[in-house]
Amino acid sequence: MPELMQFLLSGVTVGAVYALVALGFTIIYNASDVVNFAQGEFVMLGGMITVFAFKAGLPLPLAALIAVAVTAAIGVALNKLAIEPARGAPVVSLIIITIGASIFIRGVTQLVFDKQLHRFPAFSGDDPIRVLGATILPQSLWVIAGALAVFVGLWLFFTRTLMGKAILATSNNRLAAQLVGINTAWVMTLSFAMSAGIGALAGVLVTPITLVSYDVGIALALKGFAAAMLGGMGNPKGALVGGILLGLLEALTAGYISSQYKDAAAFIVILAVLFAMPQGLFGKKSTDRV
Amino acid sequence: MKTLTTTASATALATLMALGLAGTAMAEIKIGASVSETGPAAFLGDPEAKTLKMLVEDINANGGVNGEKIELVIYDDGGDPNKARTFATRLVEDDEVVAIVGGTTTGTSMAIIPVAEDAEVPFISLAGAIEIIDPVKPFVFKTPHTDRMACAKIFEDMQKREITKIGMISGTDGFGASMRNQCLSIVGDYGIEVLADESYGPQDADMTPQLTNVKGSDGIQAILNPGFGQGPSIVTRNYAQLAIDLPLYQSHGVASKGFIELAGAEAAEGVRLPGNALLVPDLLAEDDPQKPVVTAYKTMFEDKTGTPVGTFGGYAHDGLRILVDAITRAGSTEPVAIRDAIEATSGLVGTTGIYTMSPEDHLGLDLSAFRMLEIRNGEWTLVE
Repeated sequence: MPELMQFLLSGVTVGAVYALVALGFTIIYNASDVVNFAQGEFVMLGGMITVFAFKAGLPLPLAALIAVAVTAAIGVALNKLAIEPARGAPVVSLIIITIGASIFIRGVTQLVFDKQLHRFPAFSGDDPIRVLGATILPQSLWVIAGALAVFVGLWLFFTRTLMGKAILATSNNRLAAQLVGINTAWVMTLSFAMSAGIGALAGVLVTPITLVSYDVGIALALKGFAAAMLGGMGNPKGALVGGILLGLLEALTAGYISSQYKDAAAFIVILAVLFAMPQGLFGKKSTDRV
Repeated sequence: MKTLTTTASATALATLMALGLAGTAMAEIKIGASVSETGPAAFLGDPEAKTLKMLVEDINANGGVNGEKIELVIYDDGGDPNKARTFATRLVEDDEVVAIVGGTTTGTSMAIIPVAEDAEVPFISLAGAIEIIDPVKPFVFKTPHTDRMACAKIFEDMQKREITKIGMISGTDGFGASMRNQCLSIVGDYGIEVLADESYGPQDADMTPQLTNVKGSDGIQAILNPGFGQGPSIVTRNYAQLAIDLPLYQSHGVASKGFIELAGAEAAEGVRLPGNALLVPDLLAEDDPQKPVVTAYKTMFEDKTGTPVGTFGGYAHDGLRILVDAITRAGSTEPVAIRDAIEATSGLVGTTGIYTMSPEDHLGLDLSAFRMLEIRNGEWTLVE
């Protein structure tokens, strides 16, 4: 029984990391149908900037705030400099642009900062909390709380605010959105700023657990993307559930079957789900009208 | 526009002439290097490149080798074996170097080997795998100890502590997988049984499920974690989280001050690993032959770069020292003469160990090159 509990707690910890990354994908996807493969880089930047601001002597909360703000600005710059000039291009081209951007950001980061692994102290210490014979670190609770807070925030934003609805409208039909008076260029800018900010926040929260270096973004983005696909791309609920589910699958496979097959098992389940439900668990049904 | 072009070409011509003149004036001995300054192995290649440049500058400032200056031709292969092969070809064909130091990773080293062998130019590799020098290839040498030696050192220490049943948790990255295989192949010789054999991905964030299973195996007395990068730090933290009360052994892959920082002094308390003298210059006995060498390198590197010295830069230091020593003894810059001199290296004190090569042994280190280290209060201490 304590074993099962430990597997579950491990799964939830890792799952919350995936969920936070997956949540970052939703906004840009909702605004433009673009899967932003530079999302992992935003997570990495959040961690790296915090590390270096903290090492420079700033208090951790201020360092984190700076990291989120700077990353959001980089998100806006990415949109202005790379995505907006290619406005008319098909979605696939835009996705390829984001891949290019991610390589660029990685390269600049290793020059501006360095190539070493880094970490900053956990927010509430490293003393494990005991739950039914198993243990979880306080930082994991921060990650879980962060994922829940971002989820609730996004859900309210998309369902209760005019701005959120404007983003959804832009995604649905850019021309129609413009005709009813939505400034679609501004919607895109906002969505990149928010996605980058959420990515950076994820980086700040997970770094004490996962550690950070200039190249951690790719792996995080892939897992986050898998989680988002599993839950349903563009739906915050899907990102949260998909992330936690993916984490649990990996932990339980590692615990009960074999740690060798942990990634394979997770991806087999994702494939199976996508065969049965191509939109993911909570994906929106296609809403095109003729 | 026309004027601009003329000016530009005039400048280019002048530069070319200047370069040509400078080229003939200095740089008698050309040494080539292809290291991974950028890319996934950058944390290895970057200190290696810095070390090579720093040492060559130092040697030239002190009169060079046999009265001739060294010119270092260095390329950044980004950790890509294809590029490493291209650069090696360029080094032997265009730059006409007398020897190559480099090959940061096993992959890039294996790509350089055929080029060096065909051109009959000595190549000193900075990568770990035993395949580089086993079987022995006439023109290929290397400076880092092999994974198998690290395993042997760890198992010797376990024997001393009367540990006979262990669990292993290995990274699935190249380093972790290779060391796991080497360890499994010799573990029987030490009367030690591996009761649990778990693995984790190089980017995983939590290893508590694997550790829970290892801990749950009956009769386990110690746990060994062959791995590289962030994995071992996370394993060490998870170890403390689960309050596992068994000796934990890490590999030489994480033998750096950074590991203690990342894992946290508290979690890393009591962790043992095989490291080299470079990590603990202050703890070495006064009469230790390696003491002056590692202290000098450490001081020079840290003054020059402002970053802490590491094992990997030390490999490059040793590679260049072996080469310079060989050129001095050979009294010639003929690649074949240099090769013969490298093979005759005897008692050369490096940062990694003391090298004595032979036609059968192109590494020249034994187990004494490793020091068993234990982390106490966030600092390295010598066991033994």
